[in-house]
Amino acid sequence: IMCASAKYNTRGPALIPRMKTKHRIYYITLFSIVLLGLIATGMFQFWPHSIESSSDWTVEKRSVHDVPVVKLPADSPIPERGDLSCRMHTCFDVYRCGFNPKNKIKVYIYSLKKYVDEYGTSVSNTISREYNELLTAISDSEFYTDDVNRACLFVPSIDLLNQNVLRIKETAQALAQLSRWDRGTNHLLFNMLPGGPPDYNTALDVPRDRALLAGGGFSTWTYRQGYDVSIPVYSPLSGEVDLPERGPGPRRYFILSSQMALHPEYQSELEALQTENGESVLILDKCTNLSDGVPAVRKRCYKNQVFDYPQVLQESTFCVVLRGARLGQAVLSDVLQAGCVPVIIADSYILPFSEVLDWKRASVVIPEEKMPEMYSILQSIPQRQIEEMQRQARWFWEAYFRSMKAIALATLQIINDRIYPYAAISYEEWNDPPAVKWSSVSNPLFLPLIPPQSQGFTAIVLTYDRVESLFRVITEVSKVPSLSKLLVVWNNQNKNPPEDSLWPKIRVPLKVVRTAENKLSNRFFPYDEIETEAVLAIDDDIIMLTSDELQFGYEVWREFPDRLVGYPGRLHLWDHEMNKWKYESEWTNEVSMVLTGAAFYHKYFNYLYTYKMPGDIKNWVDAHMNCEDIAMNFLVANVTGKSVIKVTPRKKFKCPECTAIDGLSLDQTHMVERSECINKFASVFGTMPLKVVEHRADPVLYKDDFPEKLKSFPNIGSL
Amino acid sequence: MQARKKYIFLTFLASWLLLFLFGGDRLRRFALFSGRKAEARRNWPRWTDRFLLKNFADPEELQRDGDPSLLSPRERHAAWLSVYKNSRCRMETCFDFSRCEKNGFKVFTYPRERDQPVSESYSKILSSIERSRYYTPKAEEACLFILGIDTLDRDHLSAQYVQDVDEKIRGFSLWNGGRNHLIFNLYSGTWPNYTEDLGFDIGQAILAKASFDTERFRPGFDISIPLFPKDHPQRGGERGWLYQDSIPPKKKYLLVFKGKRYLTGIGSGTRNALHHIHNGKDIISLTTCKHGKDWEKHKDTRCDKDNVDYEKFDYRELLRNSTFCIVPRGRRLGSFRFLEALQAACIPVLLSDGWELPFAEAIDWGKATIVGSERLLLQIPSAVRCIHPERVLAFQQQTQFLWDAYFSSVDKIVHTTLEIIKDRLSPHRSRSRFLWNALPGGLLVLPDFSTHLGDFPFYHLQHGSSPSEKFTAFIRVVSQAGSLSQHILRLIQAVSGSQYCAQILVLWSCEKPPPPSRKWPQTTMPLTIIQGRRKLSDRFFPYGAIQTDAVLSLDEHISLSTSEVDFAFVVWRSFPERIVGFPTRSHFWDAERGRWGYTSQWTNELSIVLTAAAFYHRYYHSLFTEYLPVGLRDLVDGLAACEDILMNVLVAAVTKLPPIKVAQKKQHKDTAPQQVKGTAGAAGSRRFSQRQDCLNQLVDWFGYMPLVSSQLRLDPVLFKDQVSVLRKKYPRLEK
Repeated sequence: IMCASAKYNTRGPALIPRMKTKHRIYYITLFSIVLLGLIATGMFQFWPHSIESSSDWTVEKRSVHDVPVVKLPADSPIPERGDLSCRMHTCFDVYRCGFNPKNKIKVYIYSLKKYVDEYGTSVSNTISREYNELLTAISDSEFYTDDVNRACLFVPSIDLLNQNVLRIKETAQALAQLSRWDRGTNHLLFNMLPGGPPDYNTALDVPRDRALLAGGGFSTWTYRQGYDVSIPVYSPLSGEVDLPERGPGPRRYFILSSQMALHPEYQSELEALQTENGESVLILDKCTNLSDGVPAVRKRCYKNQVFDYPQVLQESTFCVVLRGARLGQAVLSDVLQAGCVPVIIADSYILPFSEVLDWKRASVVIPEEKMPEMYSILQSIPQRQIEEMQRQARWFWEAYFRSMKAIALATLQIINDRIYPYAAISYEEWNDPPAVKWSSVSNPLFLPLIPPQSQGFTAIVLTYDRVESLFRVITEVSKVPSLSKLLVVWNNQNKNPPEDSLWPKIRVPLKVVRTAENKLSNRFFPYDEIETEAVLAIDDDIIMLTSDELQFGYEVWREFPDRLVGYPGRLHLWDHEMNKWKYESEWTNEVSMVLTGAAFYHKYFNYLYTYKMPGDIKNWVDAHMNCEDIAMNFLVANVTGKSVIKVTPRKKFKCPECTAIDGLSLDQTHMVERSECINKFASVFGTMPLKVVEHRADPVLYKDDFPEKLKSFPNIGSL
Repeated sequence: MQARKKYIFLTFLASWLLLFLFGGDRLRRFALFSGRKAEARRNWPRWTDRFLLKNFADPEELQRDGDPSLLSPRERHAAWLSVYKNSRCRMETCFDFSRCEKNGFKVFTYPRERDQPVSESYSKILSSIERSRYYTPKAEEACLFILGIDTLDRDHLSAQYVQDVDEKIRGFSLWNGGRNHLIFNLYSGTWPNYTEDLGFDIGQAILAKASFDTERFRPGFDISIPLFPKDHPQRGGERGWLYQDSIPPKKKYLLVFKGKRYLTGIGSGTRNALHHIHNGKDIISLTTCKHGKDWEKHKDTRCDKDNVDYEKFDYRELLRNSTFCIVPRGRRLGSFRFLEALQAACIPVLLSDGWELPFAEAIDWGKATIVGSERLLLQIPSAVRCIHPERVLAFQQQTQFLWDAYFSSVDKIVHTTLEIIKDRLSPHRSRSRFLWNALPGGLLVLPDFSTHLGDFPFYHLQHGSSPSEKFTAFIRVVSQAGSLSQHILRLIQAVSGSQYCAQILVLWSCEKPPPPSRKWPQTTMPLTIIQGRRKLSDRFFPYGAIQTDAVLSLDEHISLSTSEVDFAFVVWRSFPERIVGFPTRSHFWDAERGRWGYTSQWTNELSIVLTAAAFYHRYYHSLFTEYLPVGLRDLVDGLAACEDILMNVLVAAVTKLPPIKVAQKKQHKDTAPQQVKGTAGAAGSRRFSQRQDCLNQLVDWFGYMPLVSSQLRLDPVLFKDQVSVLRKKYPRLEK
């Protein structure tokens, strides 16, 4: 034992605590008990269910071959052919999908059956691997319901993905006898390979009456816009081959064609391109002399050169996706996966999920007639855009092509968006790849409006008990022409505000709001009393700003209503020694924040601060009684992507007697705390949203050699 | 012993593993079992043999989906042409692209027939086209043809109904079965069923029609346009009614409707139900039965009371004071109400099943309207109540953007129609859906300039990019001397001293040829001379040599220091969509003379930054040259000095924002009048009044005054502060 443990020790930290002999039995017993317990639990799990709900769990253990068989009499009804005029408002029963708070449709899946004709010959393969994956995905999703009476959408378990492997008439009969078929109303059918020789229809040939069709390979003549859903043709290679995303940038070939058995006419067009442009165009075809056992689908050849497929797609900037007998091609999925920009040459093809995906960002569509111009068309695309298209192509594959699950959920989401349009997923959510979602901002106040001056602003003074100073601030601020209301936020719960008669008499309404708790965030609450867009947050000790300065601040805010417009500016810096952010209040040439001790901003940001502040920042600020202004600066910069505007020259801000008390030491702890705030907020936001600028706003004629009395804002900048 | 211990350990691990794999889920269920037994979902089974299932198609079949014996592409195309015509028209089959190849996208309007007057609206449409940059008077150049016959009102009971259109059309030699024709229509069909029949055979022509039904709409071919009133302005157009972004949207009403209730006939289903949602508080839904001659015949018990209530509210007041407006179908699918609500920032709640929304090929209506279902009217109140205030605000802003970008004038409606068709001609050079739905809108974004977002000044924030870090200095030389003045040498020196300068371009617009290269100052900065065509609009031509996003436009006589240039460029990078520069002017409304005034005096405001010394985005060169109609550029070329005003007007019309003035060292000897040496005051004042005239003519062209005033100037943070100059980054600005 000793040496065993010694051995353990030499191997590194012991995994099992060293055992003394007398404890051994004890441990073994313990193990046994645990083991027995586990076995018992395990037994118990399988035990009771098989007894009490046989329909429930036993189902899972069945084989596909054990499903019930349904015999279809030869004269059982056949649905009408698809109705080309169907739209959601004519063929879809919305009453089945009532208003619900989650705005989610409910989808029911019929249980699996095996259909045979009168002679017992099966109608089709019971179910393919892909269709089973698709149904599994629906069943696992939020859309699923097992209650046929509550369902809004019905998905038959009859596998229609590939028209070539099914018998059309009998399959239609099978559809018609589904329990809730009702002319196909609210039924969703999935099909990827429609049509068959010789004319290859572009939509499933199985008569399906009013059913919605999620089809791969629609043409503009068969696609019922706003009713059907165009889906990709799934490529099983997606699951087999792992192609890591390749960074954007130039690739070995400019144009690559990898499809086999192209029509000779296309083939010769492509070859003409190759002769014209040489090695940057690569046209691959099927390999003729592969040794046995090498799957033909995984190789492509050019003359005697053999390439791995789909890996070779990553070697090219553009990859041609030509129509074959059908419009939808599985190669599109491979091409997207490789991050190669698809060049789609298939006139009248409805691209997958075109209802929501913006294919112009991920592909180039070229009319068949213009094939000879392909090279020059592609050359005219700027390199930066190509890189974005590569990224976009890969993102489309990851989000909507990579698995049957992705395809199924995107399809259901599209139908869901039609039924609950007011809760629909936006263009950006569908189309922006995560990197763009991350780096871009969508300003909530995006309309370029210069608010009318007449609206004025509401001044909010947060105060605790400095009544004398507060009254001075009120008197000063009330002189500003555009002030429309003054709101005092009384943050002291232990003391009542002064009586009404004691307050300064001013020309605008003055309201006092009492708060329930002494919190800094009370300053940024979107009080109903604020009726203007513009808010002036001002501390109860800021008495040095002149009326001209405040009025000018308001005018500047009107020109930049989506920004913080304030007086003293501050800066954040990266401290290379400490490897973290640092707060700077010195006289710098740059600003990235303004103090909210005196700042104009839009009331919207009060709303954001109170209800949408990320993480625990709001509570953190209230607990530390500091940095509410930095938090506001972060919030506004993050949501708008814009810098602050600092107004007028630097002024000594606090009253001289306040700062002089114990100078440096207080100042330094203050700085440390503020720096900590910046680091904390940057980590919560996951980024540093603050923008550094070198400018400040002054009146047009500031310090110009011009008579002061003719200037709109003469009294600015005097210290 | 050791082996046994290992064994035990392994067993222990294995059993935990087993428990996890199979039991975890069960245990969790078990914990909740008693209450939820009935709810246990019957999911799709996990088939025991699911991994053995066959693929839906053989991999090889998927990859060689071809059959050489099939129709060849050419044969297929020929077959399509014979099958897919008329009601099944698509661009591929009914439009002759080859007509647009040689001369580009040119539009021809048929001469108007003397005996057949056209309606006011149609003449506005025609004049929009004739003023546009796509117009051609030569039929042989044209790619698209517009009839001179008024086809707007095809209700045969209407006074404006034109008889025998079929016959007339057949007489046109250019008609060609309607190929490459665009037909505008606002009203089709008539009582009682208002079918979409136009009363003549449009053949292969593209139909731009209001109240389009999705069933009749030929996707990717036809265009749905909005119904607009007779007095819809030709150009410019009123602005939207949203002046402020309130949160929460503090409007008096949540949802309103005021309109006719049809007692019978098509559309009565919806209009008859609207009164049900009226609650008299925040939902006001008022209907009247009074319409048509014989309404009293069909009148029901509600009518009298409803008619009284109806009069109590003013329609425009309701529009102004409501967050949402119901826009139900009338007899036809579209209504005037749609544009009215859009302009009023009253979010339209559409109850018009099967309406192909206006320009839906380009516009994402989900961002500005609630597309309701006629069948679910009663759910509308709860649905709109659940919409978050932030989304309401976004919707409101989007209505205003769309109104202003595509609908506020006949020009905009017509141009949007044309641009949509133009985009179809070369899909690889067309606007993405994003461009149509983001400020400043698709009409102001030229895909011929670029299709990459980062190349435009507008999208850096949404795109997560920033404008390039260098600029191109672009100096225009017009002086007659033919040699290089001291001014220009100093200017080149100052500009090439800037760390941000990438190259200098000199536009030589003199009669005499430029001096040889050895006469030019020797700097490390690449210097290129462009020979101008001696037109004023030359300076805004999109020269290929301009490769940077920023252009610093300079006149030869200007004097600037390197630090002024540096600072201005840093500012421009924060405002890449605006003009950022030094000398400024302003405009004002001269009430006495009833026209716009222009002043170069020192004022507290500015609305024009002279392009004699200003940074702006190079895209504005393209907009100036490609977007503005030729007539406008000719106007500017004809006047002595107006091109910079036009540039300012253009940028303001695009951005709706004022330009930016930045700090300058000392006042530039004021530019305009003194610069032309030897000219007396008279010439100066003539020039001045010309500029004033020009401004007024531009306002007339644009249909409104786009310039916006600003009261501020951007200075360096420590500008003229009482701090040591050593601390300042731009100390030379203060000398």
